Amino acid sequence: MKRYDIVIIGGGPAGLAAALAAREQGIHEVLILERDRELGGILNQCIHNGFGLHTFQEELTGPEYAARFIQRVKDARIEYQLSTMVLNISPEKIVTAMNREEGLFEIEAGAVVLAMGCRERSRGALNIPGYRPAGIFSAGTAQRLVNMEGCLPGREVVILGSGDIGLIMARRMTLEGAKVKVVAELMPYSGGLKRNIVQCLDDYGIPLKLSHTVVDIQGRERVEGVTIAQVGADRRPIPGTEEHYTCDTLLLSCGLIPENELSRELGVMISPVTAGPVVNESLETSIPGVFACGNVLHVHDLVDFVSQEAASAGAAAAEYVKQRPGEDAEVTLPVKGKGGVRYTVPSMIRPGRMQEEQVIRFRVGDVYRNQYISLYVGDERLIHRKRPVMAPGEMEELKVTREQLSGCPEGTELLVVIEDK
Amino acid sequence: MDTRELICIGCPMGCRMTVNMDKGQVHSVSGNTCKRGDAYARKEVTNPTRIVTSTVRVEGGVLPVVSVKTREDIPKGKIFACMEALAKVTVQAPVAIGDVVLPDAAGTGVDVVATKNVVEA
Ligand SMILES: Cc1cc2nc3c(=O)[nH]c(=O)nc-3n(C[C@H](O)[C@H](O)[C@H](O)COP(=O)(O)OP(=O)(O)OC[C@H]3O[C@@H](n4cnc5c(N)ncnc54)[C@H](O)[C@@H]3O)c2cc1C
Ligand code: SF4
Repeated sequence: MKRYDIVIIGGGPAGLAAALAAREQGIHEVLILERDRELGGILNQCIHNGFGLHTFQEELTGPEYAARFIQRVKDARIEYQLSTMVLNISPEKIVTAMNREEGLFEIEAGAVVLAMGCRERSRGALNIPGYRPAGIFSAGTAQRLVNMEGCLPGREVVILGSGDIGLIMARRMTLEGAKVKVVAELMPYSGGLKRNIVQCLDDYGIPLKLSHTVVDIQGRERVEGVTIAQVGADRRPIPGTEEHYTCDTLLLSCGLIPENELSRELGVMISPVTAGPVVNESLETSIPGVFACGNVLHVHDLVDFVSQEAASAGAAAAEYVKQRPGEDAEVTLPVKGKGGVRYTVPSMIRPGRMQEEQVIRFRVGDVYRNQYISLYVGDERLIHRKRPVMAPGEMEELKVTREQLSGCPEGTELLVVIEDK
Repeated sequence: MDTRELICIGCPMGCRMTVNMDKGQVHSVSGNTCKRGDAYARKEVTNPTRIVTSTVRVEGGVLPVVSVKTREDIPKGKIFACMEALAKVTVQAPVAIGDVVLPDAAGTGVDVVATKNVVEA
C-alpha cells in the first residue's frame, strides 16, 4: 500500500490551497485525488469574472483563478491523480479510490483533508405534484452545458430560486440569446450576492419576484409553461395570485449543500445547520487527523475565503503530521451562535492550539440593518461592531487573538450574537 | 445636490454606496470599502461599463469551447454587439490564457481574450 503524509480529497480551490500550505510547512508527501478530468473544481464552469480580488488584487474569471493555483501546485511538484474517485475513508485513514488505470486501490494517509466541495439541492426542492417533463435543469447543470459543452438548454426560461448560480445563469442565457422571463424566489430576500442581482438581473431588466414559487408545470414531454404564485408568511401559495409564463426551460437554483457522503461514512460528526463537519480551530473534524475546508465544510460565496480557509486546514494538517499531538485534556472553548447567527465555523477553539489570530466565520438567518455583531467570551463583550447590512446570502467573519482567549477557564462559551445596540 | 444609491459590483462584497451629485458632477462617494468602489461609482453614474464573459468554439481541442472575456470593461450598450461578434468566432487548439480570440470587439477598442488553457485533443 502506498503511503502519503497528507491525502487531499478533491482538487478544487480548497484542495489546491490546502496542498500548497501543507507543502509550505515542509510536508513533501502530499497527494491530491480528483474525480474530474482536470483540477480546479467548480471554478472551471464559472466563466464569469469576480474571483480573486482579495487574493490577487485583480478581478479574474473562475478558470483563471483556478489556473493560478494549478500552476503553483505544478511548480511545487505536488502529486495529483485525476479521474480518480475516492470511495471510502476509514477511521484509520486508509483511503480507498478508483480509476481506470489502477482499478480499486488503497492509500494510507498520515492526515486527510476533506475538500469535496458541494452539490446543488436536488429537484426534491421542487415540491409540486405532476409530471417531470424534459427541460427542467438545475442551474449548475445548465452552467456546465452552456460553458463547457457549448450548448444552450433552452430559449425561454423561468428560474426558480435566486441563488448565485441561478442569477449568473439568467445573465449567461440572456447573452446567448435566450429570453429569461422571471426569477422567482420563495423567501422574502435573495440568497444570492447583491452584486449578482445588480449585474445579472437589473442590467438586463429581468424581474426578481421575491416570496414567489412555482405551483404548476405544464407540458408532458417538454416543459411548455409554468405557473408561479405569491406565497404568504407561511411560505404557502396565496390563491388568486397565480401568473402564467410560457417557457421551454425551468432552471432550479435552490441552494447548495456540502457533499459529505464520504465524511458521514467515515463517522465524522456533521452539523445539522451547515451539513458540513463540526470542526475546531484547526478545522479538524471529530476524527483526529481529518480536516475539512471549502464548500464541504460550509458553503462559501467567495473563493478567496475558500483559499484562505483551506490554507489554514493544510497548515494544521501539516502540524498534525509533524507532531502527532496526543489527545491530552486541553482547555476547549465552545463557540456558538445565537440571536440570528445560524452557525459558526469553528464550533470550538483550543487557545493552546490556535494561531496568533483566529477567524470565526458565520452566517445570519435574516436580513439585518444597522445592527451590531458582538462576541461574548463568558460574560464579557469582547467585540462589538456595527454592520450596516447583514444578509443570509453573505458570510460574515470576526477575528479573535490568542491573547484575548488566553487564561479562559475550561468550557467558557464564546457567543456570537446580533444586537441592536 | 442629488444623491444616487448604488451597489458596487467591483467585487462580490457588494458595498452599498451613496453618490452625491452636484450639477451633473460627482461631488462625493461614500459607503465603499476600497478605492475601486469610488472609481466604479464615478463611472457608473456617467459612463456605465461591464466586463463581458462568454465562450467561443474550439476546433481540435480537448474541450468543444473555451471561456473568454473582454480584457477590459466595455460600454454597457455594446454588450450584445460584442456577443454577436463572438458567436462568429472559432479558434484552433491549442489555446492559452490571454490569447486574443477577437481583436477590437464591436469597435470598442477592447480585445476579447481566452481565460482557459485548452490543449490539443
Ligand atoms: C455558480 C457559482 C458561482 C460562483 N461565483 C463566485 C464569484 O463570482 N466569486 C467568488 O469568489 N466565488 C464564487 N463562487 C464560489 C467558489 O467558486 C466556490 O466557493 C469554490 O469553488 C469552492 O471550492 P471547493 O474547492 O470547496 O469546491 P469545488 O470547487 O466544488 O471542488 C471540489 C472538488 O472535489 C472533487 N470531488 C468531490 N468528491 C470527490 C471524490 N469522492 N473523489 C475525488 N474528488 C472529489 C470535485 O470533483 C471537485 O473538483 C461561485 C460558486 C458557484 C457554484
Ligand atoms: S468598494 Fe471595494 S470592497 Fe466594496 S464591493 Fe466595491 S470593490 Fe468590493
